Amino acid sequence: MTKSELIERIVARQSQLSSKDVELAVKTMIEQMAQTLAQGERIEIRGFGSFSLHYRAPRVGRNPKTGEAVGLSGKHVPHFKPGKELRDRVNASLLTHPEPAAEA
Amino acid sequence: MNETLTKAAMADRLFEELGLNKREAKEIVELFFEEIRGSLERNEQVKLSGFGNFDLRDKKQRPGRNPKTGEEIPISARRVVTFRPGQKLKARVEAYAGTQ
Repeated sequence: MTKSELIERIVARQSQLSSKDVELAVKTMIEQMAQTLAQGERIEIRGFGSFSLHYRAPRVGRNPKTGEAVGLSGKHVPHFKPGKELRDRVNASLLTHPEPAAEA
Repeated sequence: MNETLTKAAMADRLFEELGLNKREAKEIVELFFEEIRGSLERNEQVKLSGFGNFDLRDKKQRPGRNPKTGEEIPISARRVVTFRPGQKLKARVEAYAGTQ
């Protein structure tokens, strides 16, 4: 499911908002989530999961072409921990949906 | 200053920025996460450009151990969700020089 498919599915599930409003809402939510992480803050959505930053220590890397050593500075990477409801529902689908879903 | 983002704060932003009423805003936030969960529980990957992908991985049964008793108990086969941040999100987050 892509962002535009997600927008279509939300439109189909409710009757008050136009598809334009739903599109704006989805884009606003995704941007707010990205902004939150970019500011070093966490996201906690009960029943879905939490997003936080993990720190990667500085290390010496190598240019794969020349073999030359390059110093790589420390950085933060986004991390997602699924919540219990999501974990349980996805795990239960092992039995109901053994194969990957066909493209909608 | 260190504010954790929750569904309530997301609904507030939709109310303030897009002028949805509070009930609509709350419902859209719920639907957003519920549709993602629904997709994942149909074994369907979710790709949100500008953010990242939620992928599904099937794990085989593997040997495990009760850490308290040392007893061997197999860890059953399971399906798990993994999140792969997109390039854009990674670049935005990498720039964050937080206080460790």
